[in-house]
Amino acid sequence: MTTTTGKSPREVLAAVDQPLSKAALPGWTPWALLAASVLVAVAVLLPGGTSIAAVAVLTAIVHLVLTGAVSRAKEGPRKAKDRVVTALVTIAFLLAMVPLVSVVWTVVSNGAARFDATFFTWSMQGVLGEGGGGLHAIWGTILVTLIATLISVPVGLLTAVYLVEYGGKSTLARAITFLVDVMTGIPSIVAGLFVAALFVILVGPGTKLGIMGSIALSVLMIPVVVRSTEEMLKLVPNDLREAAYALGVPKWRTIIKVVLRTSISGIATGITLAVARVAGETAPLLVTVGTTVATNFNPFEGRMATLPVYAYYSYTQPGVPPQPGIDRAWTAALVLIILVMALNLAARMISRFFSPKAGR
Amino acid sequence: MAKLIDVSDLNIYYGDFLAVDSVNMTIEPRAVTALIGPSGCGKSTFLRSLNRMHEVIPGARVEGKVVMDGQDLYDKDVDPVAVRQHIGMVFQRPNPFPTMSIYENVAAGVRLNAKRMKKSDMDELVESSLRGANLWNEVKDRLDKPGMGLSGGQQQRLCIARAIAIRPSVLLMDEPCSALDPISTLAVEDLIGELKNEYTIVIVTHNMQQAARVSDQTGFFNLSGVGKPGQLVEMDSTSTIFSNPSQKATEDYISGRFG
Ligand SMILES: Nc1ncnc2c1ncn2[C@@H]1O[C@H](COP(=O)(O)OP(=O)(O)OP(=O)(O)O)[C@@H](O)[C@H]1O
Ligand SMILES: [Mg+2]
Repeated sequence: MTTTTGKSPREVLAAVDQPLSKAALPGWTPWALLAASVLVAVAVLLPGGTSIAAVAVLTAIVHLVLTGAVSRAKEGPRKAKDRVVTALVTIAFLLAMVPLVSVVWTVVSNGAARFDATFFTWSMQGVLGEGGGGLHAIWGTILVTLIATLISVPVGLLTAVYLVEYGGKSTLARAITFLVDVMTGIPSIVAGLFVAALFVILVGPGTKLGIMGSIALSVLMIPVVVRSTEEMLKLVPNDLREAAYALGVPKWRTIIKVVLRTSISGIATGITLAVARVAGETAPLLVTVGTTVATNFNPFEGRMATLPVYAYYSYTQPGVPPQPGIDRAWTAALVLIILVMALNLAARMISRFFSPKAGR
Repeated sequence: MAKLIDVSDLNIYYGDFLAVDSVNMTIEPRAVTALIGPSGCGKSTFLRSLNRMHEVIPGARVEGKVVMDGQDLYDKDVDPVAVRQHIGMVFQRPNPFPTMSIYENVAAGVRLNAKRMKKSDMDELVESSLRGANLWNEVKDRLDKPGMGLSGGQQQRLCIARAIAIRPSVLLMDEPCSALDPISTLAVEDLIGELKNEYTIVIVTHNMQQAARVSDQTGFFNLSGVGKPGQLVEMDSTSTIFSNPSQKATEDYISGRFG
């Protein structure tokens, strides 16, 4: 401590000592201020004719200024900062919700028209204009994604196990990590073109098969699975591995029965999210699977329809008259969103179900 | 069956760093050997090298011999996994498996190795191990509850039960009481007193009274200087070490005139 002022540390601290209780604004203040801000914004903007967006923006600004001023006058600067930042964070949250809510709203309101039994029981075989459905596309999406998952999970899981449990700091492990990082960033159309080019060499030009789509999707999925699994495996405390080793359990059994078992909830969640991520991919399926009007259960023979591609074609080439096609496109989008949401819910359930339970 | 362990000229490395320098020691069967010494002198390192847990750490290696029953544990054709089935270990921090119940934790040594065992035999093994670890009465009504739901002291005794459930010949304990209250500590010490009838026990402890209470032999480790490797300074019967040590450093450490 400096002694130039001649004060002891205790005196210095006593000088900044504050009383424990202070004037505080009542709990309804933010709401009252918000109402006031809305009024102000409407009053200012109404004469010149206005839009909801303009009112919202002005309300936010007025609310911030008002909150800061009122709280500063009544509660002091620290509390004022706290209130302003709280308001800022809330505004940011609302801003982030805008596109989400508006997407869901648009898709639901446009997709509801054809969200009927016909859509889920009919394909597009022999359908012109009205009617028809997306059953073939639903099956296609399920099959293509399922096969992609069957390819990606073993490869991704084992790669992650290698990286965390065996690779250490070896050159190979570092090279794999680097490549996985690169793969995470490749555009999905590149994955599609890669598989298309590969099958041109293997089978011949113009080939479009369900399996090609699955492979393209797994190119996108594997790095995600590797990354998320890797993070989960790293979270398993080394203590547990050592506990198993000390019981005379070989390493491979330790990995399967202790490490993977402990982290299974996180791994399963990561995989489910990766599936949800690729289920909506359009570009790679466009160039590898194409589309068709009939249900095709054979991934090794002929084209398949998938929901994203179906939605794309129904929207861009709706036929004459266009409205039935456009309606079907929106419903396909709605079904896709529901599918992805269901997968996300499944991920949460899996993580709840598998996670280690503490307590009695 | 308790076994005698003979350690000769053991050098223990972490990569290029020599952590413990040429230890010679005989660990008596059916007895408790205590290892004491200041922090960082290599007690844990030495202990872990006895059941080949040391080499689990990347880059860690060992030179010298650890002979049990005429067999050098560091012989080329010795399987470290088999060694660990004979020499059990209890860690400083309790580490029950979080995904397993109390019952499964005790059964882990058998189950993780996929050994077949009748349900009734398994029940018996779990009960006798939990009784051995002085925990049976506290948990017998909730064997199917998670092991993580126990108190710290109970978890530590659960880990001891888990370690003795594989019926090892030797039991290594690294500061097993450092996180425990006096009552649990007493329970673990009583347990050590009972276990030594069947097992060879090596225990690392920072608690002189504990070493004096539970052990028959005591080894004192020390660092000869900063950055120098740890060494075994002196090893003798516990009464000799605590009443009449031959080395000045030992006397200083025990009487608290140290560092
Ligand atoms: N994983 C490791 N990698 C590198 N060096 C290590 C590692 N673990 C321990 N060491 C070093 O080895 C030496 C001995 O450590 P050790 O843990 O055996 O000490 P200790 O006697 O058990 O100490 P304490 O009483 O604090 O537990 C120390 O210098 C330590 O820094
Ligand atoms: Mg230690």
